[in-house]
Amino acid sequence: MALSYLRSSSSRSVNLLKPLSSSLPLRRPISTDTTPITVETSVPFTSHQCDAPSRSVETNPKELLTFFRDMALMRRMEIAADSLYKAKLIRGFCHLYDGQEAVAVGMEAAVTKKDCIITAYRDHCTFIGRGGTLLEVFAELMGRQAGCSKGKGGSMHFYKKDSNFYGGHGIVGAQVPLGCGLAFAQKYSKDETVTFALYGDGAANQGQLFEALNISALWDLPAILVCENNHYGMGTAEWRAAKSPAYYKRGDYVPGLKVDGMDALAVKQACKFAKEHALKNGPIILEMDTYRYHGHSMSDPGSTYRTRDEISGVRQERDPIERIRKLILSHDLATEKELKDIEKEVRKEVDDTITQAKESPMPEPSELFTNVYAKGLGVESFGADRKEVRATLP
Amino acid sequence: MLGVVRKKMLGQSLLKIRPAVSMLRSYSSAAKQMTVRDALNSALDEEMSADQKVFLMGEEVGEYQGAYKISKGLLEKYGPERVLDTPITEAGFAGIAVGAAYHGLKPVVEFMTFNFSMQAIDHIINSAAKSNYMSAGQMSVPIVFRGPNGAAAGVGAQHSQCYAAWYASCPGLKVLTPYSSEDARGLLKAAIRDPDPVVFLENELLYGESFSVSDEVLDSSFCLPIGKAKIERVGRDVTITAFSKMVGHALKAAEILEKDGIDAEVINLRSIRPLDRSTINASVRKTNRLITVEEGFPQHGVGAEICASVVEESFAYLDAPVERIAGADVPMPYAANLERLAVPQVEDIVRAVKRACYRSVPLAAAA
Repeated sequence: MALSYLRSSSSRSVNLLKPLSSSLPLRRPISTDTTPITVETSVPFTSHQCDAPSRSVETNPKELLTFFRDMALMRRMEIAADSLYKAKLIRGFCHLYDGQEAVAVGMEAAVTKKDCIITAYRDHCTFIGRGGTLLEVFAELMGRQAGCSKGKGGSMHFYKKDSNFYGGHGIVGAQVPLGCGLAFAQKYSKDETVTFALYGDGAANQGQLFEALNISALWDLPAILVCENNHYGMGTAEWRAAKSPAYYKRGDYVPGLKVDGMDALAVKQACKFAKEHALKNGPIILEMDTYRYHGHSMSDPGSTYRTRDEISGVRQERDPIERIRKLILSHDLATEKELKDIEKEVRKEVDDTITQAKESPMPEPSELFTNVYAKGLGVESFGADRKEVRATLP
Repeated sequence: MLGVVRKKMLGQSLLKIRPAVSMLRSYSSAAKQMTVRDALNSALDEEMSADQKVFLMGEEVGEYQGAYKISKGLLEKYGPERVLDTPITEAGFAGIAVGAAYHGLKPVVEFMTFNFSMQAIDHIINSAAKSNYMSAGQMSVPIVFRGPNGAAAGVGAQHSQCYAAWYASCPGLKVLTPYSSEDARGLLKAAIRDPDPVVFLENELLYGESFSVSDEVLDSSFCLPIGKAKIERVGRDVTITAFSKMVGHALKAAEILEKDGIDAEVINLRSIRPLDRSTINASVRKTNRLITVEEGFPQHGVGAEICASVVEESFAYLDAPVERIAGADVPMPYAANLERLAVPQVEDIVRAVKRACYRSVPLAAAA
């Protein structure tokens, strides 16, 4: 594998390698160095009905360090959510994304906040990628007012409309037609933007997906369907659920690309390619070969249908954060200690935010009746005992 | 307005009431006749003209001019980007429409009949109705799902169900049921302008019926409020609530009852969700008797909700148990005689009213 890069000027290197002194602010400034570096993806892309993009990806120190920090933050956030769930501060469903972080960060590096993203219920990290804050995540998970949905949505219903993040959907597969609808609106308004509709290998068999894909292809919608193939639909391995687990080929007449979803740079390249394609030629499918370390949700140990060796094997060979760490170290963009310091910072940030989130109050009882409608018309609504609790819908 | 003219009429001559259509022709100088079909078509046309974000999507709405010709002429006028023929994939296109609404457009989705909406019901309920709540106000869904609902004639069990009760039980939806052309125009325009998801239940057998419409109704700014019922016929002895086609049946029943000295008040619900409980209760407090009429299945139906509401709010005012007239508790049969038994007829309403009145002499007889 040929690696070529421009060595950054010596003064810049010296700055990067300077040890942190106690007078520096807690948050270490990410390198602003945008000198281009070319990196090869782990494996070449496999394509269906189209020409695959090049394996050589343009990046730079700033981007790589951002990838590292963002993924470390997401990783830490999900692990912290695991603890909060076990402490019963998070209730109901909690589907964790650790292992899949490269998909979220790689995608964001290729698109703008005017492009739309919609996903299913494993949405915490996607929300962060779209600009959501840690506080909004933890507060929402704990059902507090500071949550992104003011405590009324929960883990599966994060939204951030101002950055075109449309959730957060609990019904498997429903988000795919919705995503094609977002693409429809983008085309209708001539926005020159695209939509990424994410779904899992379990959802890939849903009929409505093919209905929406058919319409998207007929109407040339700028829809990019992204199958986050973590190889298990809840407890069912892909080979037990799909006659053809080559999800990137399932579009038939719709082109597809298979991508190493644990390689953030490969994800970035694929999403960039897909965006260009979708704007010119309509829908395309991206299959991200990825892996989740946790079970399907917090009530799933994740080991009844796969071996612990498999899980630890992926962690050792393919972990997305480790890949970026090795890349940064081999290019001398930072020292091991500096990267460890970033991880420590991130850990503190997460812990501090959790403390802050715990202080956020639960919603007022009157919030039971808000947002039922956008325009309430002064209509009456009722509590469990309608003679006791009534409200006028705002 | 229609109601006002009729009230004046009643004051003059109780026994000379004639059907609404011909009466208005003689009294209103501005009265034109308009079919419900034309009312819906004109409402769609005007709203699409007024707002670029409004578009129509459904099976056969474009080149076929609409399965029931409701969208006639719209493809020619607005082009294929705004009038879209879909494949026969309700789950897919309903989901796409909701997604478009998330991103700021105003889709009008036509279901060829609401029986097919069941294929898309997850998107109507989980993707549309609940989104504003789950997102604490970030994701409003300004979408209209419209199409014929309930029984047509001889179309059998899978094509005859009424979905009013099902959709109306879901918070976050608005459910409208027009009867007349005025209702069709005013409520469809209101639905398209409303920022929430609206289920708009039409009736195939009403499409061809003509009603008088005033100049006010014909104006492009005409709009009816959502959540307000209309008293089609003022009365003193008994309240009959109905919606959609059953309003016509209730009015005919009222004419028959007139001859027996029973003066029925007929309420056209117009809106099943929100339900106009205050109009219904005010009427029952005046008449002390209630008959609910609907075409759909009786169990957990619209009448059950109205009855419960009246028992909760106006129990002391009831002089008789609430009567429910509904479709038979069976899948719709095909044979004409059985079909007739499966759907409420005018005589069913008359009989129920008389049952509700048996305990005291109706006040109208004293006039």
